[in-house]
Amino acid sequence: MKYLDEFRDPVLAKKLLDQIHATVTQRWMIMEVCGGQTHSLVKNGILDLLPEEVVMVHGPGCPVCVTPMNLIDQAVQLSLREGVTVCSFGDMVRVPGKEMSLLEAKAQGGSLKMVYSPLDAVQYAAQDAFEGVVFFAVGFETTAPANALAVLQAEKQGLTNFSLLVSHVLVPPAMQAILDDPFNNINAFLAAGHVCTVMGFRAYYPIAQQYETPIVVTGFEPVDLLQGIARAVTMLESKDYTVENQYARVVLEDGNRAAQDTIFSVFEVGDREWRGIGTIPESGYVLKETYRSFDAVEKFGLLNRDTDTQNGCIAGAIMKGQQKPKDCPHFGKGCTPVNPMGAPMVSSEGACAAYYNYAQPTVV
Amino acid sequence: MSRQDTITLGHGSGGTLTHELLDRYIFGPLSNPHLDRQHDGAVLDLRGPLAFTTDSFVVQPLFFPGGDIGSLAVHGTVNDIAMCGAYPKYLSLSLILEEGLLLTDLERILQSIQKACLEAGVQIVTGDTKVVEKGSGDGIFINTTGIGTMHPKAHIGVERIKEGDAILVSGTLANHGITIMSQREGLSFASPIESDSRAVHEPVLALLDELGDAVKLLRDPTRGGVGTVLNEIAQQSKLGVQLDAESIPVAPTVNGACEMLGLDPLLVANEGLFIGVIDQSVKEKAIDLLKRFPASAAVTFIGQMVASHPGQVVSHNAMGGKRVVPMLPGEQLPRIC
Repeated sequence: MKYLDEFRDPVLAKKLLDQIHATVTQRWMIMEVCGGQTHSLVKNGILDLLPEEVVMVHGPGCPVCVTPMNLIDQAVQLSLREGVTVCSFGDMVRVPGKEMSLLEAKAQGGSLKMVYSPLDAVQYAAQDAFEGVVFFAVGFETTAPANALAVLQAEKQGLTNFSLLVSHVLVPPAMQAILDDPFNNINAFLAAGHVCTVMGFRAYYPIAQQYETPIVVTGFEPVDLLQGIARAVTMLESKDYTVENQYARVVLEDGNRAAQDTIFSVFEVGDREWRGIGTIPESGYVLKETYRSFDAVEKFGLLNRDTDTQNGCIAGAIMKGQQKPKDCPHFGKGCTPVNPMGAPMVSSEGACAAYYNYAQPTVV
Repeated sequence: MSRQDTITLGHGSGGTLTHELLDRYIFGPLSNPHLDRQHDGAVLDLRGPLAFTTDSFVVQPLFFPGGDIGSLAVHGTVNDIAMCGAYPKYLSLSLILEEGLLLTDLERILQSIQKACLEAGVQIVTGDTKVVEKGSGDGIFINTTGIGTMHPKAHIGVERIKEGDAILVSGTLANHGITIMSQREGLSFASPIESDSRAVHEPVLALLDELGDAVKLLRDPTRGGVGTVLNEIAQQSKLGVQLDAESIPVAPTVNGACEMLGLDPLLVANEGLFIGVIDQSVKEKAIDLLKRFPASAAVTFIGQMVASHPGQVVSHNAMGGKRVVPMLPGEQLPRIC
């Protein structure tokens, strides 16, 4: 496929690997922010091809993983309520809540519909006589424009039975929270290409400068990632604390203005709780006052119980890059994709699932 | 729509309505000497070791590009018999109909069953029809059981697999699963994707004619996909499966859909594909032969059995990277972004 195959070229990939091996002189910890990048690194076996000085640390960029448990519980609660259907992306439905996942709630008679776009949920609300169609609006800046558009569409169609259960989180505040952590050990970031497609990367300049941490906006294919890593290593070795854009075929410095305008017509920045990390100020989107009638929490009077008990899952430390999935005593034993204890084992972008699904062979 | 256009509970009563239904929609299209006797069971004249298999079909939607639940029910069981190294001969057909099923849909499904049987050279010789209340089924559920006579040269068994044996797939991966998913979710793609639902016994039997016991194992990777079946082979043989990532055949549109939905083609369902594990000395012969059949024209070698990493399937890419291919955990879930 065009724009994909070129970035999977093994010859080019090998050249970049040689370049990284030749440049590195000391140990560097580089965090790839997005779970999609983690999966590509593991799926393509890149971690084992890097010099041992280059340690890739897996970041918090998996929307499913950072959604707090009480939001899952609220979604479960809604799906079991008479006359309410919860629409969700596939990733979310297997994440365990306190008592059950959405998929388990469905088995108990809950009404759940998996959708590929929030607009499908709007369409469903328009066709259907149920009192409530709730879209589980999870994600980073990447999914926010479509979710905002869904609200605008529902408003335009005069739908009163459509609402959002919002759990939108933002990347730059999370990166800052990681850098502010006293145990932080990250030297450079590969910023999430798709988030930057929407938001651009101006917000990263002050972070790179203030924390003396190079940031490379990076794509998702093997060659993208290796280019990003090669740039980051070169910048670290030369103490160049700036921002570079590896993913220029997709990302503009200012991002997608139309998408941003759509987001900010519906959402505003607010505090958000992150699973395993805690509340980070101004780290997410909440519905603006004028669109509160689309807020499922208010509409259905949902309880915001503090249920984020960790049951031994070390998701927080993993998402801050302080521990690796294999450091967890439950990894691959009590916790597997079939019986996950925490979200990073469920999502197609979770670090634990990446390590589990694309583990390295045990050679005898 | 009048009541006469749909299945009602009366059609399952065993009385007049049942007889009318059977005569018109089932005995008519599927007529053959065994079935025409309309007895409680069929008496068959078969010799030698037999292969025997059963499968139930619950697919939604009932009709999809490349097939329908009827053709699928025939192909699935015919292929299971072929995987034993046997000639498919006779099938049973059990229908569980849900009240409200359109009779025109039932007619279409039975015509499709008849066509698939004719093409595969098998006969439906016995069967059953039940009707369940609205809400207790999903339109129609079908069970087929099949029986076949073993190919004299077949010697299929996972215990015969050795280090160095070659692994082939008979065509491109994931067509059926992606077709069903795109129909179910209303996704459309620039070029249409069709299910690969088809009978594969012809190329399989030709392979046995030609190569005999050099064919060690045959499997059809339906649910769970090629990756899941290869994991089963690795675990049962106590050897490793080494895949060449670049050689795994996936049609461009299907690959695009998998990329978009975040699915691994190795873990998506197929309905007209088989995996063969064969002695490496007959590799080229097998390819030349299988390429002659439409059902296996896109046959490709994808890897080999190795002694290292027993029980694991490991994919190697051209960059030098390796990864373990897992079994499908639960359902493949489309991702968020």
